[in-house]
Amino acid sequence: MARAVTTQRKALNTAVAWIIGLLIFFPILWTILTSFKTEADAIANPPVLFAFDWTLENYAEVMERSNYGRFLSNSIIIAGGSTILGIIIAVPAAWSMAFVPSKRTKDILLWMLSTKMLPAVGVLYPIYLLCIQLGVLDNRFALVVILMLINLPIIVWMLYTYFKEIPGEILEAARMDGASLKEEILYVLTPMAVPGIASTLLLNFILAWNEAFWTLNLTSVDAAPLTAFIASYSSPEGLFFAKLSAASTMAIAPILILGWFSQKQLVRGLTFGAVK
Amino acid sequence: MSSKTLIRTTSALALCLTASAALAQDTTITIATVNNGDMIRMQGYTDQFTEATGIAVEWVTLEENVLRQRVTTDITTNGGQFDIMTIGMYETPIWGANGWLVPLDNLSEEYNVDDILPAMRGGLSHEGTLYAAPFYGESSMVMYRTDLMEAAGLEMPEAPTWQFIREAAAAMTDRENDINGICLRGKAGWGEGGAFITAMSNSFGARWFDMDWNAQFDTQPWLDTLTFFEGMMSESGPAGYATNGFTENLNLFNQGLCGMWIDATVAASFVTNPEDSEVADSVGFALAPDNGLGVRSNWLWAWALAIPAGTQQSDAALQFIEWATSSDYIELVAENEGWANVPPGARTSLYENPNYISVPFAQMTLDSILSADPNNSTVEPSPYVGIQFAAIPEFAGIASEVSQEFSAFYAGQQTVEEALANAQAITSEAMEAAGY
Repeated sequence: MARAVTTQRKALNTAVAWIIGLLIFFPILWTILTSFKTEADAIANPPVLFAFDWTLENYAEVMERSNYGRFLSNSIIIAGGSTILGIIIAVPAAWSMAFVPSKRTKDILLWMLSTKMLPAVGVLYPIYLLCIQLGVLDNRFALVVILMLINLPIIVWMLYTYFKEIPGEILEAARMDGASLKEEILYVLTPMAVPGIASTLLLNFILAWNEAFWTLNLTSVDAAPLTAFIASYSSPEGLFFAKLSAASTMAIAPILILGWFSQKQLVRGLTFGAVK
Repeated sequence: MSSKTLIRTTSALALCLTASAALAQDTTITIATVNNGDMIRMQGYTDQFTEATGIAVEWVTLEENVLRQRVTTDITTNGGQFDIMTIGMYETPIWGANGWLVPLDNLSEEYNVDDILPAMRGGLSHEGTLYAAPFYGESSMVMYRTDLMEAAGLEMPEAPTWQFIREAAAAMTDRENDINGICLRGKAGWGEGGAFITAMSNSFGARWFDMDWNAQFDTQPWLDTLTFFEGMMSESGPAGYATNGFTENLNLFNQGLCGMWIDATVAASFVTNPEDSEVADSVGFALAPDNGLGVRSNWLWAWALAIPAGTQQSDAALQFIEWATSSDYIELVAENEGWANVPPGARTSLYENPNYISVPFAQMTLDSILSADPNNSTVEPSPYVGIQFAAIPEFAGIASEVSQEFSAFYAGQQTVEEALANAQAITSEAMEAAGY
């Protein structure tokens, strides 16, 4: 029987949800507001929330100093490329683990996840040397491959979880109707798992977009994405908080917009199979 | 000279110029640098260099610690990502000794290498060979509020002692109005609080190592240094000073919340800039304090441009370095932005220029730089070069950990004895492992 929810309880839940939401959003709001302040207002004590002289000077200066378009296009190529490549590899992997499991499937899944436990800096030198040998330092394709490999365990895990929710009998029926393996995955499994695949795509795109260790260490000019763009405004010496905030706002804006428009799919995918 | 020879010489010269111009047109150099005011300003003038030489410049600007990690990875693996690296006085002699940098021994006559301040040249050389050209240099000094000092009925001597600084800080402190008598770095990190306390400890007679490379944190001068620092900051420092570094203190000072601030001389142009500072018209300067032991507590540092050995474009890189660290560049900045904004502390001629020496902090900056000697930085003899650091590869790692112990003491998380015992253990262990 469904539990009756009182109006007061509903109002309380809503208020708590709003407070938590605002708390989570506050640092982003603060960054956006600071980007419209002068450097002096950005460090004013006590801090000013809205009552300051709004200026676009920081954006103008950032645009003048940096080639934003190049950083943005690199971010799109690297994050998009690594996500698509990851999905292409992960879908068959997750399919085999979900529908044709072996005795070691769970061990393999755990082992894959354990690669995420190694601190990235631990393999910096080997990867760096490999990139030198292959001549792919400061190269977008190298970053596409590296970020794909980093995120692959998460992609496989997420897809495996979604695929497990799909009844195996449906695939069996397809097979009995004469579907090949490729057709089974492409025309039967994939359409049913679209919400899960979409949320996996989005989540990995965000992870790759925000990745700031390899993208800083393996790039200099040609392949540098928006993480390098932000880093170029970070400074322990001098007053550049407002410019740093403007650069950060410009770097997160595309992903915020993407997240805003795709939030329904994201929530649907993340809660896929949660209620039975 | 015969007409034939003249024609031949002229033709050869024209051919060389055409060839070098053609070569230069296709040349792009990549420079890794830190994000600070002087470096950003230089980026703004790069077009003039490109116009004059045809050499295009790509900048990779990073925060200091990220830059350090980035360029270290590249130079140790011979990655060749950068044609010029911005490095400091700590890295230059070590990297030069390892053969990772191109020696700057073929600078042109017009560049006038002898004009570089001797302290800077010495700190950026290894065995007499210059490996990096200073873009700007700095020491540390006392920056103080003249109005608060006057209100406290005190007069700042040109060369104060630590005791005077402590008494003045207590007299200037006004807790009701949030005014702290003194703001100093307590933040963990070898380049942050670690640099300050090491320079301060020199004036108390402390040193990092004895002549046999044994750690010295179990000695009385270190106990005196830390006890004095913590006592003074508790009396007159800002709340949470254990997490304050350069930027935090700069912000506090510019907002009028510090009576005194002892830090990099390069900050003088920030605190006297009315656009950023609320107290720009009431700032005075003095030498960093001492304890009458013959060593002051000021440091010496330079951000310098060096050419990594792995570059394919060392000629173009050298051309850029000559341009960016020349007297002509200083004049270019002075012409466009005023003398107070030129990169300081690198060239002797700058301090002979009447236009510059009339800038309020110029003479004190020069005096501070000249009073710093990286080869004799401690009261007792020490085996290392460097004032706020010891120029050995192990230092950065050790000092980062040691400064964390000190910051934990400032924050009240452990006693001074515990902090020093931990520092002694960390340093001894690391030095033993490194084979000293």
